[in-house]
Amino acid sequence: MSRLADTFARLKKEGRAAFVPFITAGDPDMETSFSILSTLPEAGADVIELGMPFSDPMADGPAVQASSMRALKAGTTMVKVLEMVRKFRKSDSTTPIVLMGYYNPIHAYGTARFARDVAAAGVDGLIVVDLPVEEDEVLRVPARAQGVDLIRFVTPTTDEARLARVLDGAGGYLYYVSVAGVTGTKSAPEDQVRAAMARVRAATDLPCTVGFGIRTPAQAANIATLADGVVVGSAIVGKIADNLDNSRDTIIAAVLELARDLAGSTHAARHAKVDA
Amino acid sequence: MNTIPNSFRTGPDAGGHFGAYGGRFVAETLMPLVLSLEQAYEAAKKDPAFHAELKDLLTHYAGRESPLYFAERLTAHLGGAKIYLKREDLNHTGAHKINNTLGQILLARRMGKTRIIAETGAGSHGVATATVAARFGLPCTIYMGEVDMERQKPNVFRMRLLGAEVRGVSSGSRTLKDATNEALRDWVANVEDTFYIIGSVVGPHPYPAMVRDFQTVIGNETRAQMLEREGRLPDLVTACVGGGSNAMGMFYPFLDDPSVEIHGVEAAGEGVDTPRHAATISKGTPGVLHGARSYLLQDNDGQIIEAHSISAGLDYPGTGPEHSWLKDAGRAKYFAVTDAEALDAFVLLSKLEGIIPALESAHAVAHVMKIAPQMKADQIVAICLSGRGDKDVFSVAEALGEKL
Repeated sequence: MSRLADTFARLKKEGRAAFVPFITAGDPDMETSFSILSTLPEAGADVIELGMPFSDPMADGPAVQASSMRALKAGTTMVKVLEMVRKFRKSDSTTPIVLMGYYNPIHAYGTARFARDVAAAGVDGLIVVDLPVEEDEVLRVPARAQGVDLIRFVTPTTDEARLARVLDGAGGYLYYVSVAGVTGTKSAPEDQVRAAMARVRAATDLPCTVGFGIRTPAQAANIATLADGVVVGSAIVGKIADNLDNSRDTIIAAVLELARDLAGSTHAARHAKVDA
Repeated sequence: MNTIPNSFRTGPDAGGHFGAYGGRFVAETLMPLVLSLEQAYEAAKKDPAFHAELKDLLTHYAGRESPLYFAERLTAHLGGAKIYLKREDLNHTGAHKINNTLGQILLARRMGKTRIIAETGAGSHGVATATVAARFGLPCTIYMGEVDMERQKPNVFRMRLLGAEVRGVSSGSRTLKDATNEALRDWVANVEDTFYIIGSVVGPHPYPAMVRDFQTVIGNETRAQMLEREGRLPDLVTACVGGGSNAMGMFYPFLDDPSVEIHGVEAAGEGVDTPRHAATISKGTPGVLHGARSYLLQDNDGQIIEAHSISAGLDYPGTGPEHSWLKDAGRAKYFAVTDAEALDAFVLLSKLEGIIPALESAHAVAHVMKIAPQMKADQIVAICLSGRGDKDVFSVAEALGEKL
């Protein structure tokens, strides 16, 4: 089994949801970013979404935009992102890493070469925001051949017919975008997320994480009762932004403190099984 | 070796592809909207009532058809081919942009959308959008880079006067590409009620084909007017290309006429061998931005490079997927004209013909200044004069070192 399948199977057995933090590789610089990445598992991360920075992150809100710009300014490239994962794998062979970003940097790298190199680096999944079902074959097929899952999105605008299309060929897990909007702005009402999860579970056995607009441990706990995983991005990279004038150790400590709180409340929440 | 297709006017395919270009590279949240827009547009295309309403507005509101004007003194000055100007500058709002915004707002109404958003570079598309939103009483928000707001102040005021909210964009290069990012972010957050009127032949399918179709009135009129005036087709049609909507509208009706040469003119800024230009097709490489695959200005790592042009409307690091395909197919050729050459053309056309062109359109005129003298006196060139230059007088005065 893959690291992603193992992780979600184990958590299911334990009756809890995955805590899935997002950070951008190279934010605010490579060294700090690697320190954060390598200590996230002990802070409670079950899966890590690692952002591949892009100059034009059009589905992201201000916090992730700024994070992406900081990483690019620090000289982050795709090659360095993959180096970071390789280095992480030397000390952690179990925590799944999912690269998240936009298609153009992958297109520029070359999709076949990218699929090969991410697999070799120890990446488990890919989330490519601007590669909908209609366009994802070009990456999904070579990635799958290397044992890497392309994670698909379900959103508030996904109707029944579309959901069937999204599930056809989906792998790894699903990412439910809880609000129509960009990252880190609005939060979804709990009853809407509950209804969406019921709909997804009726249609598939794939695990489903929920992201967009989850900022606090209390919100994370709520979502953890409904979903298989809780994704938090903007609040975490926001901690980096808040501490840019402080020392590297302070930045790392601030991020890890929030991660620990979010992981704690995610894991403590009773993972109620939502019946379809 | 590419084989030559039977027709250059069959694209895009069902997935919105022009050869290897185009497509629908948008977030999943937007995908159902993009699909419903495609359905609505396909239905409208087949509905005579839609065409009748659009034609009525184009005639009585926008002032079509626009003249095809023989530029006698420019022709004599250059001493070669006969030069005609397709006067899109004489349309209501002063540019070709109204052809497209009228079409899209009718579609928005058919789809029951109650709020309009748009991006703008030079402000021409923003003004044309604010205009039709006012005409149909719909609230309208225009995204514009802060750099562009500074160099196009008259258009910012115009949009506000028309009742639109102009939101300045301070991210990235603070120009058209960033305004487009912000408009996409607005759209994804307001999927229920909002119609995004894209201003050029860019974005996810069906926008590139739809905007082209609405702009094709330019080329269709030019073709008929030329046949009436000269009894034959022009030897060359040319237009400036940023995203490339006036060019696509001008070129499309001539694509299957092998005797007609087609030249797109990009902005070379300070020169295509400097880092400061916007010659996406001439100097860029294929990539994916704002919903489509096309030529882009990007670095080796796929990060988008900021474009530069004195003309805010051409200051964009992407271009239309159909232009990208026409370039590879060899049916259209693409050239680049510097800021300085465009300024010379701006001044020359003003002095010789009493027509102040938009800085964007001045790029096409500058290209013709280079090639018309090498052509024969019985050859004919048609330039799409896409807009008027009133909006540019402040930035041109500054570039010429004059204080207003």
